[in-house]
Amino acid sequence: MAFINENTNNSAVCSVDQYDMLNVNVTADQLIDLVDVLKNKQGFIYLTDICAAHYPEKVGAEFEVIYHLHNLIENQRVRLKVALAESDINIPTLTVHFVGANWMERETFDFYGVNFVGHPDLRRILNMDDMDYHPLRKQYALEDETRTDKNDTFFGR
Amino acid sequence: MSELIIKSTGQMISTETIDGDIATLNLGPTHPATHGIFQNILKVDGERILSAEPTIGYIHRAFEKLAERRPYNQITPITDRLNYCSSPINNIGWHMTVEKLAGIEVPKRVDYMRVIVMELARIADHLVCNSVIGVDTGALTGFTYMFQEREKIYELYEEICGARLTTNLGRIGGFERDFNDIFHAKLNAFLKEFPVNFDEFDRLLTRNRIFMDRVIGAGPITAERAVEYSFSGPNLRAAGLDYDVRVMNPYSSYQDFDFSIPVGKDGDTYDRFVVRQEEIRQSLSIIRQALDKMPSGDFHANVPEFYLPPKEEVYRSMESLIYHFKIVMGETTIPAGEVYYSVEGANGELGYYLVSDGGRTPYRLHFRRPCFIYYQAYPEMIVDSVLSDAILTMSSMNVIAGELDA
Repeated sequence: MAFINENTNNSAVCSVDQYDMLNVNVTADQLIDLVDVLKNKQGFIYLTDICAAHYPEKVGAEFEVIYHLHNLIENQRVRLKVALAESDINIPTLTVHFVGANWMERETFDFYGVNFVGHPDLRRILNMDDMDYHPLRKQYALEDETRTDKNDTFFGR
Repeated sequence: MSELIIKSTGQMISTETIDGDIATLNLGPTHPATHGIFQNILKVDGERILSAEPTIGYIHRAFEKLAERRPYNQITPITDRLNYCSSPINNIGWHMTVEKLAGIEVPKRVDYMRVIVMELARIADHLVCNSVIGVDTGALTGFTYMFQEREKIYELYEEICGARLTTNLGRIGGFERDFNDIFHAKLNAFLKEFPVNFDEFDRLLTRNRIFMDRVIGAGPITAERAVEYSFSGPNLRAAGLDYDVRVMNPYSSYQDFDFSIPVGKDGDTYDRFVVRQEEIRQSLSIIRQALDKMPSGDFHANVPEFYLPPKEEVYRSMESLIYHFKIVMGETTIPAGEVYYSVEGANGELGYYLVSDGGRTPYRLHFRRPCFIYYQAYPEMIVDSVLSDAILTMSSMNVIAGELDA
């Protein structure tokens, strides 16, 4: 945890959650440098996963991009979280450090519209190319909102 | 000598052309040799592949969106349809994720029962993959015999959960029912007959000169490159790195069993084949150990909020009726929090990233699907090889369309 504070001028918020996972909240500008240190100096050579989440009620930090890195030698995992505002949904790409980030970022872009700056080929991957929205955002209900035959007052979200 | 150029788009191009006569070939989306619905647009010069452009998403079913509307127990059937060759691993992995979030401790017996089922699923999955490699090299015989063995595993699933392919096996907190006598009889028969038939299959292919000449050197990848691409499972181990979730982060009491991780050297089709063959043997050994050491106890945890009460109780006792109603209507309260949990699926690290806000459904659920992550290395692995090797590479990577597209 100490090296994370050193490399982000103590601005990253580190915490260990109740499930023993090291969580680090960083800003989008710090991400690349921090991942560089984690990968090349601290042995986090394995990028487990990239995904995003949408919190529409958090104004100014509506989106969160979540990275899981794994140090295969010391068997330590770390979760990096970057909060993004809907008005400025840009984040540097990790493809410079991990080739495998390519499709993971494309998937995140496809579902949430996160713009990975510098990504070599940021296109949709699972959805149709001519789709004009990002379906995992919370404003898109799973079911057709115009339906009247189904009342979900009690048991719907 | 030809040279490879990596374009900025990640596409790879070979500089060498025979007479500049390049053909574009659509491999897929529905081609019998791809064993699933995905497309590759290949640029070929004669038999040699110059570039490949994979397109996926043909059977995307929006599982992550669906999961945001379903109560936790109703997500299990969704996980069936990820890697449908080994559904029980997905089901049990999901149950364990929810158990971790809710802080449920399961009895040791449940752990051991789960290990048996998961290793059976791993055997079934590896059998499909390896026998299909045989088919793609022109050896159909092994396939027909190994599918009979897989059938026996499906009959074992039937005894545990009543289903065969999309198993929806077990529940949060344990199993729906204990292993019955028929299951034990069938499992013992399987453990006796299967190794004999499997050795025969092994003798057909593993040291067969024609087969070896065909697959050695097809679709290789180095360990460094495989880690860069976040490979996991047998494909990473075939490249030479011994990362196995069962050993690195033991779940479901895997630390109690004695087994080894087979590792390859070149990461080519032959190594992937041999690693899977050996993993089948290790899985058999784990199943035998689990049967020998099976602890006594209950087949589910004592968690009435999550585990359905017996039906006759529902009609007689007030508490059971309440719990039954709450579980069926998906009104069980679950703590808020976020969890990453992973199990060693048949194809690699199958991870579940779950964010709960305390509501009846997950706020966000992301599946870390090993196929999706390692399939992006496919163009790199086949460029500059011949077309028939590309088919072999794909079947030996064991790309499952359901897991690829979620």
